[in-house]
Amino acid sequence: MVIDTALSLPAARDAKCPFDPPPELRKLQDQAPLVRVRIWDGSTPWLVTRHADQRQLLTDPRLSADPTKPGYPLQVERRAVSGRGGIGFIMMDDPEHNRLRRMVTAPFAIKRVEALRPGIQRIVDDLIDRMLAGPKPADLVEAFALPVPSLVICQLLGVPYEDHALFQSHSRNLISRSSTPEVRGASFEALHDYLSSLLATKDADGDLLSQLAERVGNGELSRGDAAGIGVLLLVAGHETTANMISLGTLALLENPDQLALLRDSDDPKLVASAVEELLRYLTITHTGRRRVALADIEIAGTTVRAGEGVILPNDIGNRDPGQFPDPDRLDVTRDAGRHLAFGFGVHQCLGQPLARVELQVVYSTLYRRIPTLHRTAELADIPFKHDGGVYGVHELPVSW
Amino acid sequence: MKILLDQDRCVASGQCVMTDPDVFDQRDEDGVAILLTPSPNPAHHTAVREAAAICPAAAIQLAEDQ
Ligand code: HEM
Ligand code: SF4
Repeated sequence: MVIDTALSLPAARDAKCPFDPPPELRKLQDQAPLVRVRIWDGSTPWLVTRHADQRQLLTDPRLSADPTKPGYPLQVERRAVSGRGGIGFIMMDDPEHNRLRRMVTAPFAIKRVEALRPGIQRIVDDLIDRMLAGPKPADLVEAFALPVPSLVICQLLGVPYEDHALFQSHSRNLISRSSTPEVRGASFEALHDYLSSLLATKDADGDLLSQLAERVGNGELSRGDAAGIGVLLLVAGHETTANMISLGTLALLENPDQLALLRDSDDPKLVASAVEELLRYLTITHTGRRRVALADIEIAGTTVRAGEGVILPNDIGNRDPGQFPDPDRLDVTRDAGRHLAFGFGVHQCLGQPLARVELQVVYSTLYRRIPTLHRTAELADIPFKHDGGVYGVHELPVSW
Repeated sequence: MKILLDQDRCVASGQCVMTDPDVFDQRDEDGVAILLTPSPNPAHHTAVREAAAICPAAAIQLAEDQ
């Protein structure tokens, strides 16, 4: 069954339900597993509406993540950036994707990340001390949500935190859908050049950039690819987690019963399950995984032809009642383990163990240390990142 | 139950280690999964089935006893 919809992406959220995916998008789930949608350049890729089919397709090697392939459903207009290659391996296919990814997987192993927990706890406690000592109301994004993951990823990569204003603003431009292609291109170039010059100064510091520099030195990796990987890790390493911290806090403040469950529990299992549930419920990577078919693929009674674009919106996949009963309810005690917030398939988030530990530390500390934390703006006045490649809030004014 | 782990497919997501650290571990050099025991005792079967289901790279196959 082929259903053509008039739906154009990105669809708008319901202003009254800022945590829910766009209602029009959700409705497609009831209509059919695959529908045609229209995107900004006029092309009409497939949209895969259900959890099970999204999972299956994301593990299918016949789908490519390479945006230079004809038919790839681009998020935004792309401008070729001269001589610098792409943003790391997130937009490459195997075997090259696998070769490059494995150069940086070691520090994200569960045990290695677990060893960072005490340091992350200190960072979180220090930032809370500073916020409490400062003026109120405070902007939770600036004072807390952005610094936590930025400090952590800087340490891991070996990037000087003093440069945070530079890399945070370029990262914002890079992932905002409202940036012009020129601004986006210039920010990518600036980040790429920044990482490239950092790499040139590295020697055996034990951080991740030093390890990449070593590989450049012995010819396994080009300087351009190394800088691209650096950009990917730096951008993905702070923007995403920062949005989960601020948007997650707002969602909990709007669901006081769930916040109370989390605050009153000593059980690390409950904290871990709350993190998974918030990842599911909020699915901040809300523009969908994007792929293009390299061969004909049969899925859910439909044939996706070679050369056709495929969009896999993990936000509605994570609200599929076929997988998660009562999906629109935030329930920190549910088993949300099969959510797709980190994607699925070979590109599934490399930083997920780190993001989990950061969020576990934050969610188990912030609301206990500041039990009176509340927002000081009306929900309707809070600026949500409707134009962001990653969803969240631009600002969250809070007091205590 | 016997676990067949395809290390070439593994993308070092760590999902299996998170699900059952008594059965799965990761190599130091690149985080690729390793098996601590290929035939876990029944107390681990539920967790191992879940690990196979959430492995993003379909690298964990299970041969269940009849
Ligand atoms: C809560 C926070 C995070 C969320 C929701 C998130 C989400 C995602 C998603 C959905 C993908 C899949 C992209 C695709 O399939 O096209 C992805 C990939 C990736 N993420 Fe994350 N991420 C988070 C945190 C992090 C952190 C902290 C890092 C690094 C330190 C990171 C690094 C990466 C990298 C390198 C990839 C590309 C993997 C590949 O292509 O093989 N992410 N992330
Ligand atoms: S879950 Fe799969 S991809 Fe992830 S570490 Fe285990 S075997 Fe590798």
